[in-house]
Amino acid sequence: MAGEERNLILKIDNVRKVYNTRNGEMVALNGVDLDIYENEFICVVGPSGCGKSTLLNIIAGLHEASSGAVYCKGKKVTGTGTERGVVFQQYALFPWLTVKKNVMFALEMKGIKGKEAEEQAMKYLEKVDLVKFADHFPKELSGGMKQRVAIARAYAADPEVLLMDEPFGALDAQTRTQLQTELLETWEKDQKTCFFITHDVEEAIILAQKVIIMSARPGRIKSIVNIDIPYPRTQETKMTPRFLELKNEIWSQVYQEYLEVRK
Amino acid sequence: MDNEKKIPLASRIPPKVWLLISFVAAIAAWYVLSVLPATSRGFPNVVVTTQGLLTMIQRGVFWADLSSSLISVFAGYALGFIIALPVAILMAWYMPVRNILEPWIQFIRNIPPLAYVPLIVICAGVGRRPQIIVITIACFLIMCVTIYQGVINVDETLIKAARVLGATDRDIFVRVIAPATLPFILTAVRLGASVALTTLIAAESTGAQAGLGMRIRSLNNTFESAPMLAYVIIIGIIGITMETVIKYLERKLTGWQEKREI
Repeated sequence: MAGEERNLILKIDNVRKVYNTRNGEMVALNGVDLDIYENEFICVVGPSGCGKSTLLNIIAGLHEASSGAVYCKGKKVTGTGTERGVVFQQYALFPWLTVKKNVMFALEMKGIKGKEAEEQAMKYLEKVDLVKFADHFPKELSGGMKQRVAIARAYAADPEVLLMDEPFGALDAQTRTQLQTELLETWEKDQKTCFFITHDVEEAIILAQKVIIMSARPGRIKSIVNIDIPYPRTQETKMTPRFLELKNEIWSQVYQEYLEVRK
Repeated sequence: MDNEKKIPLASRIPPKVWLLISFVAAIAAWYVLSVLPATSRGFPNVVVTTQGLLTMIQRGVFWADLSSSLISVFAGYALGFIIALPVAILMAWYMPVRNILEPWIQFIRNIPPLAYVPLIVICAGVGRRPQIIVITIACFLIMCVTIYQGVINVDETLIKAARVLGATDRDIFVRVIAPATLPFILTAVRLGASVALTTLIAAESTGAQAGLGMRIRSLNNTFESAPMLAYVIIIGIIGITMETVIKYLERKLTGWQEKREI
């Protein structure tokens, strides 16, 4: 990788998040520091309850950090912004809009209207191979197709960085690997900066350049593992010795955290 | 018709024919009621009942009764909806409004309108005005509760999704909350229609000069069961017509829903 001068897209600076619960304060995140550069694909893994979704929500501007801050291209994040797109686990498609109109929603929010929006929407649907379903309602689609629409919609907003919150977590294993492959192909082409949360270690390794392992309670970054497997990657990559080695290493670290949580 | 072995007869009959069979069965049941000594006085047969209706038309009261009732129902129903919609939205958005109003809406909703009609007649006088007020109150209560439930149940992920795509508060209201609430609004409209009709009879119980409910009461004084029964059936027809129209609207407007509620 040519790593001369890289553009810093996101700077997560000493982020702390505390929730007030009935049993007193619960520290969800503590002292999280992370720099994300342009074109990076970063995956975050960790046991449930380690605050990885909280971190994503803070980056997205949907939640506020208790202290510390997130900077997007040097500007402090104070709310949501179209430069930070989000793909949710539950797809979050508008059920009353057709597939095409769901994608057009993103374009219309940017001020692109009418024919122009329609044409662009079709272009994004082509990317996820759903042109045939443009006029279907979400209820007529399978989970995998719904998530592809959601990804197309996120792309249509043309963000600087895509924040993905366990996007494939609700899908069956086969659909999941298929969507991983599609996402890999897309990323290899356009290298859209990606911040991807998952609890699936294999998924993290096959996709990411860097895997971030979070520890639980309070959530912080335990370690960062560079994935030195070159792209293009395919599902066969999962069988290579280096992949298995990395999987072992990351999995044992995550497993330690699972044990921590269970205590 | 040639291979009638496997498929049971009942599932080979088209729905339209079933409707006809059901209709014939009802007429038969009606006939039985009209001949049994225990029920014959309250249930004159089809012919007598139809004659009863014709008598009412000849007396020149039927159309006045029908239009009077329809005007009261639709005016009260429409007013109830117009008030319920903004109140429900305010309740969903502003905690103080919700906390102050909700207990009383629930409280009044459980009082049969028949009970408070006289109070309203005392305030609003006799005539159409108290009728419309009572129907408005009853419709408002049920529709407000239903729409409020709809607004607070809007999937928060959809609001988040809109927000990260750059939607303003106004966009979110118009393009997310409004369509997401539409199914509940239509359910409210349907429930309101049946409440409007039920309440009509209560509303016409005191001091009405015309109306289907008022006429049934006054016919009761002279034991004229034929026109009474005819009026009862007319009320049923109005009810089922309203429901059919609203169900059609629901299918047209909220066909995108994953699951349909009752």
